[in-house]
Parts: sequence; C-alpha cells; structure tokens
Amino acid sequence: MNLRKVVPLLLYILFLLVPIYWLVNMSFKTNGEILGGLSLWPQDFTLANYKVIFTDESWYSGYINSLYYVCLNTVISLTVALPAAYAFSRYRFLGDKHLFFWLLTNRMAPPAVFLLPFFQLYSSIGLFDTHIAVALAHCLFNVPLAVWILEGFISGVPKEIDETAYIDGYSFPKFFVKIFIPLIGSGIGVTAFFCFMFSWVELLLARTLTSVNAKPIAAVMTRTVSASGIDWGVLAAAGVLTILPGMLVIWFVRNHVVKGFALGRV
Amino acid sequence: MNKVHNNKAWWLVLPVFLLVAFSAIVPMMTVVNYSVQDIFDQSSRYFVGADWFRQVLRDPRLHDSLLRQFIYSACVLLIEIPLGIAVALCMPTKGRWSTVCLILMTIPLLIPWNVVGTIWQIFGRGDIGLLGWTLNKLGISYNYASNSADAWVTVLVMDVWHWTSLVAMLSYSGLRAIPDVYYQAARIDQASAWAIFRHIQLPKMKSVLLIAVMLRFMDSFMIYTEPFVLTGGGPGNSTTFLSQTLTTMALGQFDLGPAAAFSLVYFLIILLVSWLFYTAMTHGDKN
Repeated sequence: MNLRKVVPLLLYILFLLVPIYWLVNMSFKTNGEILGGLSLWPQDFTLANYKVIFTDESWYSGYINSLYYVCLNTVISLTVALPAAYAFSRYRFLGDKHLFFWLLTNRMAPPAVFLLPFFQLYSSIGLFDTHIAVALAHCLFNVPLAVWILEGFISGVPKEIDETAYIDGYSFPKFFVKIFIPLIGSGIGVTAFFCFMFSWVELLLARTLTSVNAKPIAAVMTRTVSASGIDWGVLAAAGVLTILPGMLVIWFVRNHVVKGFALGRV
Repeated sequence: MNKVHNNKAWWLVLPVFLLVAFSAIVPMMTVVNYSVQDIFDQSSRYFVGADWFRQVLRDPRLHDSLLRQFIYSACVLLIEIPLGIAVALCMPTKGRWSTVCLILMTIPLLIPWNVVGTIWQIFGRGDIGLLGWTLNKLGISYNYASNSADAWVTVLVMDVWHWTSLVAMLSYSGLRAIPDVYYQAARIDQASAWAIFRHIQLPKMKSVLLIAVMLRFMDSFMIYTEPFVLTGGGPGNSTTFLSQTLTTMALGQFDLGPAAAFSLVYFLIILLVSWLFYTAMTHGDKN
C-alpha cells in the first residue's frame, strides 16, 4: 500500500461519511441546540428524538411495514428468479435471448411511468394498501436484476455437477434444493442483498400504493413538517434509523458480497 | 458453456415471465390505452389518435426539462465513471481493509432515496448545515434554496455522493477478475502504470463498465425522489427533471392523456439511449 493510493481513498471515504456524521450528530441534539448555532458535537446530549419514534405507533409501524414488504419482495424475487436463472444459464430455448432482454428493459422503465396504472391495477384487484402490493410492484425491477446476477453465479458452477447428480438418481427438484442451492450460497447472498437494497430505498411506488395500513417509513417521515416548522431532531433520528437495517444486512452478507466481488461476478 | 437446446426450460422461466408480465405488460397497456384517448369519466371517452403525442412533443415545458435531464445525466456520467474507476484502483486488493472499504462504501447505497435528500437538505443549509455554514464562512455565498446554480450543483454533488460507490464497486469486481499473469507479463515488459491501466485494466473492465454506465444512465435519467426532497424542483424550475414533470402532470393535474403519451416517449428515449450505449461499447469487441 503506498501513500498515493491511501490518501485519495481516505478523502473519498471522508466525503461519504461527513454528511452521515452530520445527520447522526443532529439526531442527538435538541431542536433548541440545532437552531441555536453550529456545534460539531452534541453539547446537550439527548435521546428524546429517538424516544418520540419508539413510543409513537404511527412512527414505528412505518418501519415494520417497510421491513415487511422488503422481506416479502426479497423472498418472492429469489424464489422465482432461481429456477429462471438456472434455465437461462444451462439451456437454450425458444426466444431465450429476447426474453432476457425484455426482462432487462423493465429495469429501465421509469417508475413515474407506472405510477398511475399500478395504482389503478392494484385498486381494481383489491390489493391497494397491502404489503403484498408493494412487494409485487417492486418485483418489476428486482426480479430482472436477480435473474441477471444469479445467472452469472450459476454459470460459474461446472455443468458436470448437474450431470453427476442426475446419474446418481436425483430428481430435478431434489437436486436443485439439496445440491445446487448450497453451491451458489454466495450468489444468493449477494442477490438477496441487492433485492433488499433496491426495495428498501424505493419510495415513489411504495408511497403511491399505500395509504394507512402499509404506509412505509419514508412516507411517515413527511410528518415532521408541521405548521410550526420542521422538527429537525426527529427527522434526523428517523433518518438514522432508516440507515440501520441496510447496515445490518450488509454486515451479515459481507463475506458473501466480498467473495462475489472477488470472483468478479457481480 | 455450451448449452443444451431444450424448450422444456420454459417451465422454469414461466413464474418470472408471469410475474413480470403482470406488473409490466398490464400497466403498460393501460398507459398505451390512455395515450390515444380523451377520458372524461368511466362512460365517456373519445379516441383521439396521436393528438396527445403531438401536443406533448410541442410542449416547451417538456423540452426544457428534457434538456435539463440530458445535461444532468451527462454530468453524472462524466463525473461518476472516472471517479469510480479511480477509487476502485486505489482500493486495497485483499485482506480486512478491502472488506472495511467495501462496507463503508455501500452505506450511501443503502439509504432510502428520500433520506438522501433529507441528509443533504440538512447538510447544505446555511444556518444549521455543516456544508452551507462552512461555505458561507469561507466567503462563498451559497444557498441552494434561492440560487438556481447552487441548487443544481448540490443535486449533482448529492448524486455523486450517492452513486459513485456503485461504479467503484463494479469496477473493483472487474479488476479482481484480472488474472495475476497479466500483471507479471506487464512487469517483465516494464510497462508504466498508465500503460497497464490503458492496455490491461481498462479493456478487462469493459463489461462491468458497460453495466455501470447503463445503470447510472438509466437511474439518473429517472431521478425523482432526491431532488424532490432537496429542492422540490426549484428554485424556479432549475432542478425539475423529467420524472417530476411527469408526476405533476399525471397526479397533480390529472392530465392522463398527455401524461401517458409523455410516459411512452420517455420510456422510448431511455431504451434508445441505452441501446446506443450498448451497441457502441460492444461494437469495439468485433474489431
């Protein structure tokens, strides 16, 4: 490691962390201190902002709703994408290339385009304001992505393993669950991470498809703006709490992700 | 890998096909349906042909936001791709520090988009934000809420902050896939660092860079939440991008016909530009 590489890297990471530091710093301050002047460290350390969130049901249910539909979406995406990625990686079939490209074009569709039709579609089938509606809507961009990433990982597993298993008398479903899925564990970890990430950060569709029961935290956050101005402390605390789930997930899958990146397959 | 020809594989793809078709084709057909009709209520609707398209293509408001959008996406790509590659080149190749770097770099990617807007909203304010306060103290007048140039730069810096890590991580994974033999050969030839980059690393990173460029183009072209939270499209219209114009049209004013026609044009532009990138970057392989 030489200095010419370390210094720019540290500068970049500093650039990434300073705005986050400011948010965390602010979440521990009282509103009086925030508006009173600039301080690099909370002078009057308080947990009151967090207490507001954890004691008010309309606040913390936002987190539960968000986590619920994100997990639902990750499970659905992985379940349907695994067999499909296997098919794309192992077989040639009628229209496979067109299908793959069509899947990817869905990743390119601006969510704003789908806003109104989604709203009407889910209202008409009675799914409006449910978690499953948001989970299904997020499949639009997560499933193509999952197929794409998994296909790369599956192509890295030699085909001889499949053939040996069939000779040993495994049926396809048994082979897939017992042998194949453990083999691409890293791939599944990385894919789950990406699905989680893109579903967690999306707001536009989630907000449009929900009103009360499945309202995501991102929409709840607009509550901090009231007639008396913005409640900066609570807003900052809510922001900090939205960063935490992502950090937990990256911590759990860090080895898979690093391995996936090291193999150059992501 | 030589693949076996087997049409039964369709059964494995069928769930994906049905799921995506449900959430892509049905809404898409609704959009197409709206774009050629004038709808007053459930019972009275008129076929208007291509009128909405003609109206939308002549709308100066859309021309403005389309132009802004192209300039913005171009700036995003010009800054983020070189910066991402540079960061990836600086990262340690293995060991604990590479894990630490990767984890720290993913943090901005995992923050909900509206919170990204909130972070920069707080960070950039002149009275309570570190950035705005520091700049003002240094004698640079900065206020993203009233000066359109400031607002524009803030939105751009926010995007660089938010997404450069993705480019860096993709480039990093491309770099790791280069076998050590290449570097050994280069060392024997006493190649300079620039020559190694130009003739080994860059060509080998081509496929991941293609993914990075396409992802960044698509996502920056669809940007909505972050500028909406940060500036609300203002001051004036300086940071109103295409998605926001579209949402105002569809949900704010309920002009379904023009909004639908505009949606289709929007989607086609993204498809076209992505396709151009794709062919331009894969075309080099053949020569």
